[in-house]
Amino acid sequence: MDDALLKIEHLRKAYGEHTVIRDLSLSVRKGEVIVIIGPSGCGKSTLLRCVNALESIQGGQILLDGEPVLKNTKDISLVRQKIGMVFQSYDLFPHKTVMENITLAPVKVQKRSKTEVQEEAAALLEKIGLLDRRNDYPRQLSGGQKQRVAIVRALCMHPEIMLLDEITAALDPEMVREVLDVVLSLARSGSTMLIVTHEMSFAKAIADRVVFMENGLIVEESYEPEEFFAQPSTERAKQFLQTFVYEPGEITD
Amino acid sequence: MQSLGIDVLFKGKNFARLLEGLWVAARVSLISSAVSILLGIFMGILMAGKNRIIQGIFRVYLETVRIMPQMVLLFIVYFGTTRVFGWNLSAEYAAVIVFSFWGTAEMGDLVRGALISIPKIQYDSARALGMDEKSVFQYVILPQTVRRLIPLSINLITRIIKTTSLIMMIGMVEVLKVAQQIIEANRRTSPNAAFGVFAVVFLMYFIVCWPIGRAAAYLEKRWAE
Repeated sequence: MDDALLKIEHLRKAYGEHTVIRDLSLSVRKGEVIVIIGPSGCGKSTLLRCVNALESIQGGQILLDGEPVLKNTKDISLVRQKIGMVFQSYDLFPHKTVMENITLAPVKVQKRSKTEVQEEAAALLEKIGLLDRRNDYPRQLSGGQKQRVAIVRALCMHPEIMLLDEITAALDPEMVREVLDVVLSLARSGSTMLIVTHEMSFAKAIADRVVFMENGLIVEESYEPEEFFAQPSTERAKQFLQTFVYEPGEITD
Repeated sequence: MQSLGIDVLFKGKNFARLLEGLWVAARVSLISSAVSILLGIFMGILMAGKNRIIQGIFRVYLETVRIMPQMVLLFIVYFGTTRVFGWNLSAEYAAVIVFSFWGTAEMGDLVRGALISIPKIQYDSARALGMDEKSVFQYVILPQTVRRLIPLSINLITRIIKTTSLIMMIGMVEVLKVAQQIIEANRRTSPNAAFGVFAVVFLMYFIVCWPIGRAAAYLEKRWAE
């Protein structure tokens, strides 16, 4: 696949003796939405952090547009501008208003004109229904609103790819929906995304490709999400998906 | 009702002398606070860093300063160094050294606390927006650290101001000492002067410290997260 936007080749990530990702390869085409699922500790969040060079890597390489993504290199902040990332929580800057949160990086880092960025931010906020909150501080917003603002903040940098790292995991159930709706509309508009999530029905709805990871490896990969969720071909994926279905077991006392 | 003894303050230059004494205390506090804040910021940044040896040294320094009463420190620096090293420090120098030594340790600990209380995710999300390390610090970490620090360091400054009343023990004529002198000198004519004069001294400390405390409370409320 030569039209790959992002190429991960033989990636290895370890913390000292403990290997988190071993020999992982994945390539992402422009406009593709990949959902990564797997049990906690399987390395899926670490993978996203490596793609944004928030972690050093111990082997292999990551290429975005053919350029290497490597921590502690001089141009890393340039490369990161092409990658938008949203975390689980607490990623908005508490001392800045919603509008300032969104405009800070485009104005200070990309040196774009403030009025132009503000207009764009206002249009995006309008779309997610938060324009009237633009002068509020993050502490005045609900968890779901914060995450939607974080998505807009990343979008305003015009990234080529978005990384979403369990962005609904810290939310109350009734707020999950509003965030997922925003992500879905992004996917529909052609954004390239790598999504780590535990929301299985959402994964099924949004994914072009599902990647199931365990122990730092890709165990199963499927271009047919419907099929994967109905009938995974590996035993491990089957067991994992089973844990999301609650069936009262027999309790012996 | 008995006289409150405030009248002695209007005799001769008594009130002006009291104000002069207040200025001595304020001067020592101001210089010490400025030195403490500057050096404390350096110390706090080093303490929040990764070097275990530096952390250990500062830990010992901080605990020493906390355990030792300020008066003992004053005596060591003022009387002790003269005998042992032959230094002839003026009382004011000695006082500034002691209060800066104490203030730097406390300020360093405050800066360290403020720095490590910023969640790691703040660094990550700023970097993820393409900021280089300088911008991350300038736009994201520093403003949040300062917001946490200002109320705490103002509290430290008021503590320094109050503790300067100890410098009369090394012979400095600050506001409390002047008050004592006025009371002594007027013992026979105004036996109640102790009440009135000390009450005025109390008011003076209050007038200096209260606005500072209010400012801290205001900032704390405004910047609450």
